[in-house]
Amino acid sequence: MSKAPITLLTVLAAAALALSTNLLAQDRPQSLRGATPLTEIPKVGLHQRGPNQGPIPRNYVQQPPLVPHKIEGYQIDMNFNKCMDCHGWSKAKEADATKVSLTHFRDQASGAELANISPARFFCNQCHVPQVAAKPLVGNSFKPIGALARPGRK
Amino acid sequence: MAEERMGLIGRLWAMLLRVGPWTAIGLFVGGIVVWGGFNWTLELTNTETFCISCHEMKENVFKEYRLTSHYQNRTGVRATCPDCHVPKEWIFKVARKIQATNELWHHFLGTIDTREKFQAKRAELAQHEWDRMKANDSRECRNCHAFEYMDYGKQERRANTAHPKGFDDAKTCIDCHKGIAHRRPPTEQNIGAPKKAALLNPR
Repeated sequence: MSKAPITLLTVLAAAALALSTNLLAQDRPQSLRGATPLTEIPKVGLHQRGPNQGPIPRNYVQQPPLVPHKIEGYQIDMNFNKCMDCHGWSKAKEADATKVSLTHFRDQASGAELANISPARFFCNQCHVPQVAAKPLVGNSFKPIGALARPGRK
Repeated sequence: MAEERMGLIGRLWAMLLRVGPWTAIGLFVGGIVVWGGFNWTLELTNTETFCISCHEMKENVFKEYRLTSHYQNRTGVRATCPDCHVPKEWIFKVARKIQATNELWHHFLGTIDTREKFQAKRAELAQHEWDRMKANDSRECRNCHAFEYMDYGKQERRANTAHPKGFDDAKTCIDCHKGIAHRRPPTEQNIGAPKKAALLNPR
């Protein structure tokens, strides 16, 4: 019973707000293309960013960085490693990608530094994994260490 | 002397009178049958079913192609072998078909009749296709993918950065999109031991 006046008030307030914005907008007409004259081409805004993103911050120091993009159908076999197309040292700059870590040139058994990336590091997605927007099955109270904590980060 | 002044139509008419109307009709119908049959055969050999009737295609390139988005994807729009490997325009199509008789020859020679033989020749065969696409500005890709109609706003981050840049650098599809429908041949990528008979790190 007490809800009716509140609803009425809300409707009235909304109508008043709509009317006032309408009146204000009449001063300067707005169209979908904005205020750009017909003789000019409106500036295009930033491209929409897809589900892919830039590098994802690490949660702990030794964490293998996550793959922030799709890797579906990427060939990684004895003939070819698709990841190297962008993340190899000779390709990374042109592709604007993160290059393979320097640590991957070390032979883990002997500790020797190799001229090529160590064959033990061939299968990238053994450690580097892509992400999906899935609801976690269980709660997680993990917090990054102080060295990686940044203001505004949960 | 008189015939020379008659012109093309006149001379044809004179020829028709000489051979008689029935022969003329016969020639006309025969022409339709021969030309139609030629094009019918051309189209028959321009299907996926025909391509994979050879085990070289079915067991190697077709098998791996089935795992890619040109075979199966969200919308169900797909490309078949000739969509990418045979030109659509008639003159280029016939030229490619004549070239393809060489492939028939090698089928009967058994040049790649085992998996091992195919793997050994993969780099060379892939290079042929890359060269062909590079030379014709990826014409067969552009039958479906026209960059004039690409909506960068709907492309993902890597694509909407790379595409405008690539087009500005006058690159063609195959310069970047190698190995999207078939597996890549052995390629030297500075990872692990140097590869035997490897291609030198092409993009």
